[in-house]
Amino acid sequence: MKKISDPAALETLRGSIAEKRSASQSLVSVCCGTGCRAAGALEVVSALEASIKEKKLDAEVLTKTTGCHGFCEQGPLVVVLPQNIFYHRVKPENTADIVEKTLLQGEAVEHLLYTDPATGEKVYAENEVPFYRKQHRLLMGQNGHINPGEIEDYIAIGGYRALAKALGQMDPLKIIEEVAQSGLRGRGGAGFSAGLKWKACFEAESDTKYVICNADEGDPGCFQDRSLLEGNPHSVLEGMIIGAFAVGAGRGYIYVRHEYPLAVKSFQKALEQAREAGLLGNNVLGSGFDFDVKIARGGGAFVCGEETALLSSIEEVTGEPNPRPRPPYPAISGLWGKPTVINNVKTWAAVPPIIEHGAGWFSSIGTEKSKGTMIFSLTGKVNNTGLVEVPMGITLKELIFDIGGGIPGGKEFKAVQTGGPAGGCIPADMLHLPIDFERLTEAGSMMGSGGLIVMDEGTCMVDVARYFLSFTQDESCGKCTPCREGGKQMLHLLEKITSGRGEPGDLDFIVEIAGTMKDASLCALGKLAPNPVLTTLKYYKEEYLAHIEEKQCPAAVCQALITFTIDPEICTGCGRCLRVCPVEAVAGEKKEPHSILQDQCTRCGACLESCRFDAISVK
Amino acid sequence: MPSLTIDGQNVHVKEEATVLKAAREAGIDIPALCHHDALAPFGSCRLCVVEIKKEGRSFIEASCTYPAEEGLEVQTSSPRVTKLRATLLELMLARFPGAEPLVQLAEEMGLQENRMPVKEAEGKKCILCGRCVRTCREVIEKKAISFCHRGTQREVASPFHEHSEDCIGCTACVFVCPTGHVYLEQKDGRTLIQPWNTEVALLECSECGAAFVPLKTLEHPRVREALVEQKESLCPACRQKAAARTLTRSIQPGARVIIK
Repeated sequence: MKKISDPAALETLRGSIAEKRSASQSLVSVCCGTGCRAAGALEVVSALEASIKEKKLDAEVLTKTTGCHGFCEQGPLVVVLPQNIFYHRVKPENTADIVEKTLLQGEAVEHLLYTDPATGEKVYAENEVPFYRKQHRLLMGQNGHINPGEIEDYIAIGGYRALAKALGQMDPLKIIEEVAQSGLRGRGGAGFSAGLKWKACFEAESDTKYVICNADEGDPGCFQDRSLLEGNPHSVLEGMIIGAFAVGAGRGYIYVRHEYPLAVKSFQKALEQAREAGLLGNNVLGSGFDFDVKIARGGGAFVCGEETALLSSIEEVTGEPNPRPRPPYPAISGLWGKPTVINNVKTWAAVPPIIEHGAGWFSSIGTEKSKGTMIFSLTGKVNNTGLVEVPMGITLKELIFDIGGGIPGGKEFKAVQTGGPAGGCIPADMLHLPIDFERLTEAGSMMGSGGLIVMDEGTCMVDVARYFLSFTQDESCGKCTPCREGGKQMLHLLEKITSGRGEPGDLDFIVEIAGTMKDASLCALGKLAPNPVLTTLKYYKEEYLAHIEEKQCPAAVCQALITFTIDPEICTGCGRCLRVCPVEAVAGEKKEPHSILQDQCTRCGACLESCRFDAISVK
Repeated sequence: MPSLTIDGQNVHVKEEATVLKAAREAGIDIPALCHHDALAPFGSCRLCVVEIKKEGRSFIEASCTYPAEEGLEVQTSSPRVTKLRATLLELMLARFPGAEPLVQLAEEMGLQENRMPVKEAEGKKCILCGRCVRTCREVIEKKAISFCHRGTQREVASPFHEHSEDCIGCTACVFVCPTGHVYLEQKDGRTLIQPWNTEVALLECSECGAAFVPLKTLEHPRVREALVEQKESLCPACRQKAAARTLTRSIQPGARVIIK
């Protein structure tokens, strides 16, 4: 691609791309996000392209391998445009039908259509699928229309129009004002006003300034940042260029966690193409502004998502993720002591739409203090796992039941964990809670980076607390006493409780250590690590007490406290459990009721899974 | 320059300073373990925590890193701070039961018992204050040792726990270690800095053969700058004798003073 000389040339280019893609062309969009790839999406693409070639339709049909469409539970996903027909669980052998029936005859392939579980009816269009109906796919929605490896796709849907506007018609202060007025708050977890941060950096006097994209996404279960980078890297890059222009930065970094090779590849390609097009590098779009971006990769440490540890990592301070004392904040003294704006992937991606459509438009979405949309990764005991983008203010109930499709297996909703290892669990009687920064914090949890883990009656809340604390303990950098030692002691107490050795007084001690960690830790990892423990204690104290006082696990999860029993009235003596037991703890004669030898049983649950007659119960 | 109150006392700060520095200059001491005046503030042990009131908000911060700002109200031993400090000590002593400075501090604070299960003393004395690593990195600028691993596995070490190629044998790490975890070992005529497993090759006196200065220290640019050019490699004792010889040789015959 030739260098685009100025904003006018960009619009001309956009027009010519549109012309090349004739309106009569059909577009088959195949989701090739990591989840769908794992389910065989690339093979679907090959089969599709082969079928299209066979029917000599290559001239009229465009196949696009796109980024994540969000409905990960039902992949591989294929959407046929312009009709917007939505196909789910597509296999390579289905593609011949798609070509024959849909592309050639304009009819839907019935068995590939999604069935609305509420009505039993087939759904044709993507936007009618219940999962998508209540979403507001401001950022994620673009994924389905672009191949992330082709900058022309991004330009075709309006990409870099915001950058042209910022460089050509606005000055830095105006841009910062627009972002501030929009109410955009950081989407990485802290929710700090992006505009205020940019203003502070703008006002700091220095010849050298930086902007950084924090793509260290470490919360277990979160994959929205990854999907944005893989599926629409230019949206993030465009935001960074606008931000750099606004604060006066000549260099930017994107810090990607080591475990995201596809995201790195995708972003690397975007950088190369943007440079080629003159949208990055010297004299961006002919404006005289110079800016370029480097990719920095993490080394496998959750704590490096903490901004000061991230800075140390980029600065290659020997081997240690090292949160530093603040003030001074990075906006004033950041990377190598220079003023630096660090924002999350989703925050940067929100900047182009704000500049293009204005602060008023953005702030019309959401609640009073939480504007815009939020992308959540919806996981756990929920039917429709995947990535959802919703307006701030939607209730937990709508998100989990209307969009998420409720709890599988007819089980009861018990809690939803938000905010990852720094967050908390919200119980069933708070499902009416509108989701925004303030409301989640008031409930004792937090927004975090957008992780939502749904839990049902089979989840032990004490075990959940233990799990999250073992995560933060493992990831603690170890620099400060409260997090390193306090976390260890708290984990030890939780392990005592879940293994049946809890004592009265343990709970008070946990709360005390939690207070020490919250008050005295050096960084947010330590300060917030006690949250999962404290919220579960707040809402599920009876479960803790059952573990400690009665040595029982009401959810039947904690191995040391549960017993597996075979009901002699139901057992047919088929012997499946006996054969599958790894420690020979099942005894019984053929066709006679079997029994479990409790002393040998390790509570692995293999017998329960193997029984076809529901004869085994666990308490 | 800002003025703030510390424990009710008005303190004027003459130049940019942390709360800890401002407090100590005003005669108010705050316990601090990982802090060292020659090193950049680190904020790791958290013993120096204080309660700060600023613009109506009250919060806990490490005084060694928090800047002394205009209008702060600092309390160095409020009940909240004292309780925190005591719990921090319990946490540290559970892990480093043999660390003398901590044991003494606990005694001074009247800490009677430790509610945490105490780890069996492994004989290791490192309390992870990082002074050794930071001195090597910031003062000597050699980075011969560093922290490795993370969380409760964190430790200070030479690369792969083996002899460090970059060590110049200045023994500054031995000097700053508060517990003796870092020490000099004389073994079979060799000098080693432990636990870095690093031998310090010493220059031998060309006169008497005594080993007296690390070879690599002599090569260090700062040391080279400061030292007067030496044509002979003489140990201090021999150097004194040589100086005496030079001096006495310089007296001309007949220039002797006769004291009557």
